[in-house]
Amino acid sequence: MQDFGEAVGLAGRLLLSGDETLGEIVWLSLKINAGAVALAATIGMPLGATLAVARFPGRQAIVVLINSLMGLPPVVVGLLVYLMLSNAGPLGVLQLLYTPTAMIIAQTVLVTPIITALTRQVIEDLDAEYREQLDSFAVSGLARIGTLLLDARASLVTAVLAGFGRSVAEVGAVIIVGGNINHVTRVMTTAIALETSKGNLALALALGFVLLTLAIAVNGAVGGLRLAMVRGAHA
Amino acid sequence: MLERPIISQPARTASMPLVVEDLVFATGGRRLIDGISLRLEAGRRTAIMGPNGAGKSLFLRLIHGLIAPSSGRVTWNGRPPERDVRLAQAMVFQRPVLLRRSVAANIDYALKAHGVARRERTARAAAALEQAGLGHLAGQAARLLSGGEQQRLAVARAIAVAPDVLLLDEPTSSLDPHSTLKVEMLIARAAQDGARIVLVTHDPGQAKRFADEVLFLHRGRLLEHTPAEIFFDTPRSAEARSFLAGELVL
Repeated sequence: MQDFGEAVGLAGRLLLSGDETLGEIVWLSLKINAGAVALAATIGMPLGATLAVARFPGRQAIVVLINSLMGLPPVVVGLLVYLMLSNAGPLGVLQLLYTPTAMIIAQTVLVTPIITALTRQVIEDLDAEYREQLDSFAVSGLARIGTLLLDARASLVTAVLAGFGRSVAEVGAVIIVGGNINHVTRVMTTAIALETSKGNLALALALGFVLLTLAIAVNGAVGGLRLAMVRGAHA
Repeated sequence: MLERPIISQPARTASMPLVVEDLVFATGGRRLIDGISLRLEAGRRTAIMGPNGAGKSLFLRLIHGLIAPSSGRVTWNGRPPERDVRLAQAMVFQRPVLLRRSVAANIDYALKAHGVARRERTARAAAALEQAGLGHLAGQAARLLSGGEQQRLAVARAIAVAPDVLLLDEPTSSLDPHSTLKVEMLIARAAQDGARIVLVTHDPGQAKRFADEVLFLHRGRLLEHTPAEIFFDTPRSAEARSFLAGELVL
C-alpha cells in the first residue's frame, strides 16, 4: 500500500509539473483518437443511415454483420491491419507500419462498426416517425438521409461518444501496429502497459488519471452539448 | 361558430379532378378499403366521415400516394399520385409530425422541399407563422410547443407551400375548442386562397362548417357521396343516419 501511496504522490507531482513526456503521450493519444473517431464517423454515419433507410436484398445480413463487428477483438484487428501494412502485405509499399497513421487506421476499423450500428438504430427509429411526412414532402434519397442525420444529431453524439470510449481505452490494436515507440507511437494505453510492466507505477498511474479525467471530461462536455441542443431549437 | 368561408380567389385546379377507380387495400386477408370509386371536382370542400375503422385515414393516405393500393387506381387530373403530384398537395396528419428543429425551420423545410427559393422562404415562413399566430415562437423548438400549437404549426406548414390540394386527417381531434377554432380558421383561409380541401373528421359540426360535400365511409366502403346539406338533412344509408344520430355504428 505504501508503494501505491508513493505512486499516487508521484503521479500528482508529474501531472502538476507539466511533465514533457507525459504531455507528449497525452497529445498523441488525443490526436490519434480524434482522427480515428472523425474518420469512423465520416464513414459510419452515412453508412448507418443508408442501412436504416434503404431496402435491398441482403440488408438484414449486413445489419447483423455490422452489429457483430461491434465486438471485434482489438488484437485481431491489430493483427489484420499489421498484415496489410507490413512490408509483405498489400499496403506495405505505403510504409505506414509503426506510424501514428497505422494506429488511426486500426482504431478506425474498430470504431466504424460501433458508429455505424448505433447510427442505423437511431436513424431507423427516427425514420419510422418521419416516414409519412417526408414521403408527403416527396423527400427521398440523399436529401432524406441528410434530414434524418441532421435531426438525429443529439442522439448521434452518443454514438460518437461510444466510439471515442472504445478508441481511447484500447491497447491491443495500437500496440501491434504502432509498436509503442517512444516519442513516435506511444499513447496513453500502451505507455501504461509498458510502464506497469517496468514497475514505473507513478507514470502509469499519472497516465491512468489523465485517461480517466479525459473520459469524464469528454462525457461531461457531450452531456452538456446534448442538453444545449435539447434546450435550444432541437428538442 | 365559424362561418363558411367565401371563396375569394380562383381555385388552383391543376390537380383536379381526383378520380378513384375500384380502389382496394387489403392486408392480412381483410379488405380495409373495399372497392371505392368516386370523382372529386375542383372548387369544392369535401369532408370524409365515418365511424372508427371505416378506412378514412387509409383512404386519405391512398389518394395522397403514401401507400400503394392492392388494386384499383387513383389519378389526379389523369396522373397517379407520384412525386410531382404529391408536391402540389399537402397533408396534415392526425398526430402532427414536426421536425426536431425550430418552429420557423419546420416551415422553411417544407418550402425548400417544394422548391421555393431561399430568398423567398424567410418571408413566406414568417408570414405563415404570423397567420397561425405563432410568430412569437419562431425560434423555439417545435417539439416543445403545446399540442394545439403543434397542430397549428403543422397546418401552417402545409398551407405555407400553397398546395392545390390540402388533405387533413382529423386535424383537431385531440384539441380543445380554442385550439380547434384557430386550426379551423387556418384551414378556412387556405380554402379562401384556393386550396382544394379534403378533410377527414369525426365531428359533424366541423363537417357542416367546412364541407359542401360529404363522403361517408363504413367498413372500407363508400356508402354516400352527397352534397353536405342532403347528407345532414336526409342521409340515405342507415349507417349514416345512426352515425349522425350519435348512435354507435358497428
